[in-house]
Amino acid sequence: MNSQSRLRRYHAAVWDEPIVMEMGAEGRRGVVFPESEPTITAKVGRAQDLIPEGALRATPPALPELSEHDALRHYLHLSQQTLGMMGISLFGTCTMKYNPRVSEAISRIPSIAETHPDQPAETLQGTLAVVHGLDKMLRELSGMRRFTFQPGGGANAAFLHAAITRRYFENRGELEDRTEIITTAQAHPCNPATAAAAGFDIITLPLEDKGYPSLEALKAAVSDRTAALMINNPDDMGIYNPDIKRWIETVHEAGGLCFYDHANFNGVMGRIRAAELGFDACMFMLHKTFGAPKAGGGPAVGAYGCTEELAPYLPGPMVDEVEGEFVLAGGDSAVKVREYIGNVPVILKAYAWLRAMGSDGIREAADISIIANNYMEKRLLAIRGVTKAFDHLSAYRMEMTRYSLAQLTEDTGVTAVDVQNRMVDYGVDAFWLSHEPWIVPEPFTPEAGEMWSREDLDYWIDVLAQVVSEAYDDADYVKTAPHNQVVHRVRGSNLDDPERWATTWRAHQRKRGLDR
Amino acid sequence: MLVEIGVRTVEELFEQIPADHRMSTQPELPPAMPSELELRRHLLDLVSRNQHAEEYLSFLGAGTWQHHVPAIVDEVWTRTEFLTSVWGTPSSDHGRNQAWFEFASQLGELVAMDFVGLPVYSWGAAIGYAVRMAGRLTGRKMVLIPELGDPERMGVARTYAGLPSSGRHLEFVEVRADPPTGRLDLDDLGRLLGDDVAAVYVENPGFLGIIEDQLEEVGRLTHQVGAELIVGVDPTSLGVLAPPGSLGADIVVGSTQPLGVHMNGGGGVGGFIATRDEERYAREYPTLQVSLTDTIEPGESAFSLILFDQSSYGAREEGNDWTGNSVYLWTVANAAYMSAMGPQGFAELGHSVIQRSHYASSLLSQLEGVSVRWPTGFFKEFVVDFNETGQTVANINHALLRRGILGCKDLSTLFQHFGQSAMFCVTEVHSSGDIERLTEELSEVLR
Repeated sequence: MNSQSRLRRYHAAVWDEPIVMEMGAEGRRGVVFPESEPTITAKVGRAQDLIPEGALRATPPALPELSEHDALRHYLHLSQQTLGMMGISLFGTCTMKYNPRVSEAISRIPSIAETHPDQPAETLQGTLAVVHGLDKMLRELSGMRRFTFQPGGGANAAFLHAAITRRYFENRGELEDRTEIITTAQAHPCNPATAAAAGFDIITLPLEDKGYPSLEALKAAVSDRTAALMINNPDDMGIYNPDIKRWIETVHEAGGLCFYDHANFNGVMGRIRAAELGFDACMFMLHKTFGAPKAGGGPAVGAYGCTEELAPYLPGPMVDEVEGEFVLAGGDSAVKVREYIGNVPVILKAYAWLRAMGSDGIREAADISIIANNYMEKRLLAIRGVTKAFDHLSAYRMEMTRYSLAQLTEDTGVTAVDVQNRMVDYGVDAFWLSHEPWIVPEPFTPEAGEMWSREDLDYWIDVLAQVVSEAYDDADYVKTAPHNQVVHRVRGSNLDDPERWATTWRAHQRKRGLDR
Repeated sequence: MLVEIGVRTVEELFEQIPADHRMSTQPELPPAMPSELELRRHLLDLVSRNQHAEEYLSFLGAGTWQHHVPAIVDEVWTRTEFLTSVWGTPSSDHGRNQAWFEFASQLGELVAMDFVGLPVYSWGAAIGYAVRMAGRLTGRKMVLIPELGDPERMGVARTYAGLPSSGRHLEFVEVRADPPTGRLDLDDLGRLLGDDVAAVYVENPGFLGIIEDQLEEVGRLTHQVGAELIVGVDPTSLGVLAPPGSLGADIVVGSTQPLGVHMNGGGGVGGFIATRDEERYAREYPTLQVSLTDTIEPGESAFSLILFDQSSYGAREEGNDWTGNSVYLWTVANAAYMSAMGPQGFAELGHSVIQRSHYASSLLSQLEGVSVRWPTGFFKEFVVDFNETGQTVANINHALLRRGILGCKDLSTLFQHFGQSAMFCVTEVHSSGDIERLTEELSEVLR
């Protein structure tokens, strides 16, 4: 059990790369365009004369002037200065699994990349077949009637749910009375935030002794003002709410809708169906569970599926199969949350992932992710200073466990953020801490998923053990980490100061008195 | 591993899930294809059923545009480190964060604004967020938008603005277009402006390609009543068109897709929000944003998120709207694209687009029964009136498709008062030969 990996002598690439705005020299070019052909210029004249006076740009934008080669090398240096899962990344809640490169390659060919959303459906049969095929597979996994891939991420799907909720009660003439959406402290912040943006009041149920809010607390919160429940299950501490069916019955009895934020699907895929639990709608993250890359935060897809009753509210255009041909039709234009049918390349990657995996494959993946998490838990809890959130609960956690480094912090002053900063010195990507609110102090949340080997998991744990050991030996060394990274730890002395922060080079120059 | 956990079967690890929660039947997915060879062939068989804009000529635009993507841009954004990054530390994701900062910095130069957030889902989403920023800034509810807006894009913005019956919505009121020019009717704008207006939203170029050359006046009128001027732009126009930041815009929004991102069947879209770097605006951003900052090493720079606590990540429902995964990878493509382009590239691009689109407009307008609604003062896109031909745009597009042309955006259902009209998009990718071929094929179709 106590494997001891040989820790690598890692050091990040350090190019000391200038900011692109400082680079280049006047007259250098990275792209040139063909001059307009003489027939064009003869017919229409100079471009400048075709622009209304006063609409012309007086001074060119102060962009850098680089050769093609210089621009390429600059951004390759930046890529090398990004750890980006080149080592091991167990960033919890994001299910950092391997992203098959075959899907990447196919998604970049002109048959996908060079298609336009307004092409006639008969010229998009490949894309529409993929959309429809994925829809059907997700119906199998969720029991929902139909899916849309329009939302560009999980939060966008949560917002779609809030918008559909609004629309649903408007059609029933109840919108004025249905003003509240209920969620829990462990639901992802996008649930209360999107519901509030859609005009609802938020009721957030606190966790109780069992790691989730009690059914009694829910009953006390539910009323004829309840529009919807928006909830994750399991939560990102790996705790599954066994009362969820009764929760749903309670909300339904009061006339509300129930939305399942299935961000934590990896451990339950092939085991439960959202619709069979009673949910009216659910959301899957194609960029997490379904093998599409995280991409630093999108392009992503929050696949939103719902029951027959809500299906008419899905935003258009929808894909239908009519006698073997795929057509684009219908949809409710009042709840459109993003232009077009969705991030097509991401949809293709998710489709490919499910076709590669099959039913047995996804069930096995869920098994492995739960085994891996519980294996990690055994080893992590053996490390000094590491405890588990709600450690009085003895049941095995699902695909994630939340831990706390509060003991370590108390003993040494070293915090979870310090540990993050030191672990990256070993080529291990930062772990996830916790969404707001922090229910346990100094939290961290690894998620193994199914794609990391036992050696990788052991290595990750050994790195954490090493950092904890360093913390007890020489806390300052950890608190000043990283030491082997691209740059040192951020001090951030200007970040809260409107006089000094700078999101652009332009602002930076102005505030530093470096006006051009 | 099971032994070390102390269980005999994996089933024991699922003990938290009650029996009556388990699936009634196993999911029936198509048979697995574990071999990459087999999967690749299946995927290729499927996607090759698409036709695309490199084998067919295409004149489709309207929010997703075909532009040249330099090869180095694809080389950069497909790098694994960018592709599979998540939220590392500022030290270990330094390169990616720098690329984000360079996206914001270069976009800021294009639009002449010095505060730029990380991107949002799309142009429509950016409008939605921006009008809600204006609503919070002013405490007012009415937003004036152009009559000739994109139903797709404005449809998204309307969802963000909320349902009238919800009581906490923003109300969109359309400002008429001046029929002879297609520009905003300033008299109508003047009539609608009052102290209940939170923002005026206007696009330059407009949805139908028209260059809106009255922005300064629109800004003056807007500011007179204490409202915010939000300007939507196609950033590829900004090598030749005056930047909104210099014309009185308070908030600038637009699409990032034409900055080096492939059309991707509509999956290339992304949006941006930019303002002056004033605290009043900065404190209303719903997005995340990175700032240049210092490290504990004297003289060393790094990048870090700012104003996190006002985002929904930091403040849940108390934050400014909501944020989440967006299109952050595309900002890397955008940054590389803008660096390769430079000021001269954007100028050439603008000139090329203007000349080629006008060439197309002038050739098409010579066809019998065909006229161009606004033959001057447009960028990239223009409206063609087919009413006199007696044919529907649908039929014309159908016939063009048979001739290997993906055709044009049918406006007949979107703007019914234009009758059988369509919008053509012409960019730097269209050679004079392409445009002449379109003209010839169209001439035969209309014969």
